[in-house]
Amino acid sequence: MLALFENPRLRGGIHAEEHKNETSAKPIATSLPLPKKLYVPVQQHVGKPAEPVVKVGDKVLKGQLLAHSQGNISAPVHAPSSGSILDVLDYPAPHPSALPIRTIVIGTDGQDQWINTDIPSDPFLLEPEEICSRVGAAGVVGLGGAVFPSAVKLGLGRKNQIHTLLINAGECEPYLTCDDRLMQERADEIVAGIRLMLRGMNAPQATIGIEDNKPEAYQAMYQASEAFANINVVQVPTRYPMGWDRQMLRYLTGWEIPADGRATDIGVVIHNVATAHAVYRAVCLGQPLISRVVTVSGGAIGKPQNVEVLIGTLMTHVLKFCKVDKDKVARLIMGGPMMGDALPIAEVPVVKACNGILALTADDIELPEVKPCIRCSSCVTACPVGLLPLEMASRIKANQLEAAVDLGLKDCINCASCSYVCPSNIPLVHYFKFASGELYKRQQMEHRSEQTKRLMDDRNQRMERIRLEAEAEAKRVAEARAARAREQAQAKPVVTEESA
Amino acid sequence: MNIKPVSGPHVLAVRRVEDIMRKVVLALLPAVGWGILIFGWPALFLTAITVAAALVFEAVCLKMKGVAAKPYLYDGSAVLTGLLVAMTLPPWAPWWIGVVGSAIAIVLGKQVYGGLGQNLFNPAMLARVALLISFPIEMTTWVEVKPLLFGPGILDSLAITFSANTNDAVAGATTLGAVKTGFSLNQTLPGLLYDYNSFLAFIGWERGSLGETSSLLILVGGLWLAREGVIRWHIPLSLLASITILSLIFHWIDPQHYLSVWVHLNSGALMLVAFFIATDYVTSPNTPLGQVVFGAGCGLLIFVIRSWGGYPEGTGFAILLMNAVTPLIDHYIRPRIYGRYRNGKPLDISQS
Repeated sequence: MLALFENPRLRGGIHAEEHKNETSAKPIATSLPLPKKLYVPVQQHVGKPAEPVVKVGDKVLKGQLLAHSQGNISAPVHAPSSGSILDVLDYPAPHPSALPIRTIVIGTDGQDQWINTDIPSDPFLLEPEEICSRVGAAGVVGLGGAVFPSAVKLGLGRKNQIHTLLINAGECEPYLTCDDRLMQERADEIVAGIRLMLRGMNAPQATIGIEDNKPEAYQAMYQASEAFANINVVQVPTRYPMGWDRQMLRYLTGWEIPADGRATDIGVVIHNVATAHAVYRAVCLGQPLISRVVTVSGGAIGKPQNVEVLIGTLMTHVLKFCKVDKDKVARLIMGGPMMGDALPIAEVPVVKACNGILALTADDIELPEVKPCIRCSSCVTACPVGLLPLEMASRIKANQLEAAVDLGLKDCINCASCSYVCPSNIPLVHYFKFASGELYKRQQMEHRSEQTKRLMDDRNQRMERIRLEAEAEAKRVAEARAARAREQAQAKPVVTEESA
Repeated sequence: MNIKPVSGPHVLAVRRVEDIMRKVVLALLPAVGWGILIFGWPALFLTAITVAAALVFEAVCLKMKGVAAKPYLYDGSAVLTGLLVAMTLPPWAPWWIGVVGSAIAIVLGKQVYGGLGQNLFNPAMLARVALLISFPIEMTTWVEVKPLLFGPGILDSLAITFSANTNDAVAGATTLGAVKTGFSLNQTLPGLLYDYNSFLAFIGWERGSLGETSSLLILVGGLWLAREGVIRWHIPLSLLASITILSLIFHWIDPQHYLSVWVHLNSGALMLVAFFIATDYVTSPNTPLGQVVFGAGCGLLIFVIRSWGGYPEGTGFAILLMNAVTPLIDHYIRPRIYGRYRNGKPLDISQS
């Protein structure tokens, strides 16, 4: 009935059990023992993988460049601690497949010795381009989970003359409190980061959106930004997926980003709050992104808390620190329980994208039987995008992927609200991910067959050209021969005449 | 540890299909209880037989389909269908009416389409309409109100429900039936409604179907369901609003030939249909706007059939007709996708 009075700016969404109290009141633990080995993948971001610049046996200092960025959209990675390079190998990635990716292994020396950092005397006087390049060189990427290189986004913002920087501090996923804690403890540093971002983009003002289930974080941020008139802190309703940047933007401003566009098209750039903190460290302290705050929680964790973890630390190390009960772990998740990835093994490194490690027990995750769809349209109500999940799933089930695309499959953000509310427990998101993967595969196949066809055509043309050339050559030779013969024939009579 | 790749979400809401069905049944119970209270033991027997028959037919169909029947029998959908069928029957109807009704609802209305969630028409309304057309006498014999302890005893009641010949109880017409007959005899309102008591009609002390007489109790159940989030307001509100507006207009133009709003709202199956039948998930549209269109269409058809049709009550036909239109509504009325216009084109940057 309350739907009558619904805010038109707030479509769909769900409210899951929060499970944030387990970790939100405890300070971020910074006492995680330094692991013996660090496994730093060269690709922890969207775009091209970084190219290693170190060799096995090299000594590296904390913060030293390990691999430099490649191409326009890429990010470098740095040594999270001092030590020597033990290996550059393919190591399982923190991904549902656990397929190996290129990883640099550092044997730490326990010194944790920093490289000489370049600290500007007044970072707020740096040129915008300089801020961007420093952010890029520090390997800062979107820490909300999208891991898009932040410098690229800042550059886009500067080029497009944006009018608003939106700081996404929704943190709508259940269990996760890393941004919450960061705001409570390091609000001043975050605000400094936001000011640097504003300067880096020549943007006039910033808005920070915080879900209203984090009043302490709101207070801290409010106080920290009080001195700056161009930074607003706003509370937004607690409703997953508020942290979907486009949902928050719509709620706060009423604007929608066109389906085929970017936020910069309408003069907005959206960054995660933890990214702002990383920008602060990169520019003000000269420290590259080598650690991040990770929420470690779930029923199987004895000591749920937020931990500052060096990138490349194995999850097993972090889990042990938080007193995991291995026998109770029914599912290990990187990220939140809504959109996070279930990991098959725990011997994978913490990467820049990892905002949470959840060890859920069998009680936390239910595995109820899948029933037929009763068309209750709960999924339609829950979808923040405005899709018809039940119709899309029925098309995909019938292998009519094109029909699913017509219904808006490509607009789906995989937020899993539909699967969450489904009373028949239909794994809707699983269908959508499957279909997207299948479509990608088909596209690749098509691409490949097109390429084959092109090569074939090229070859045919080449052969034709060779044939024509050969013919022309043969003709020329024949003509030449004929001409010679004629010449001889002509010459002969002359001779005969002469002789005659 | 689990190796099989699974997509999120890794947590789920707690509401399940069986919870929904249980709540709907619960919301119907006051009205059913009232029906049994005012029409006596035969009403109880008929309800029990109809629900039991629905379960048996469901089990048989599932068996024939070759699936495990147990989880489906326990999901409560067959019980709900049986209960809804029973509620639309005349309270003293013979036992076989209930059995045939359940058979039509479960076998023809639901399982031949593929079972739960696949049917085009609301099973209970399909059964009601089929019974009405096939057995008009049994389906229009309305007993007077005979409260549980003041009517026939248990044995007499068993005879009423199980005897082969139609019982000769004191019977009359429903309000809508009486008005329809009156009009055909060139009588006019308000004289036709000389013994109509609007308060008794509201609380349900009147002739009518087993579980449809009490608008009050059905309304209470329906509002509770809405509060529980099982149904949404779009269909009931648009249905009741459309019939209210239409009857207001026509009653104002010609009060001698068109019933007033109050009589419309408190007669026949209207409340039951508005809150429990039209809101059937399977056979109603998926989008809020589609649901409003659907509800308004139901209201319009009910009013048209009641006012100008051959039958005194048009809810069953109206629902079936709108059920048939539902796929069309769902095809044309879709939610607007984020960042796109309704036609699917991306938003213009200048206008967003």
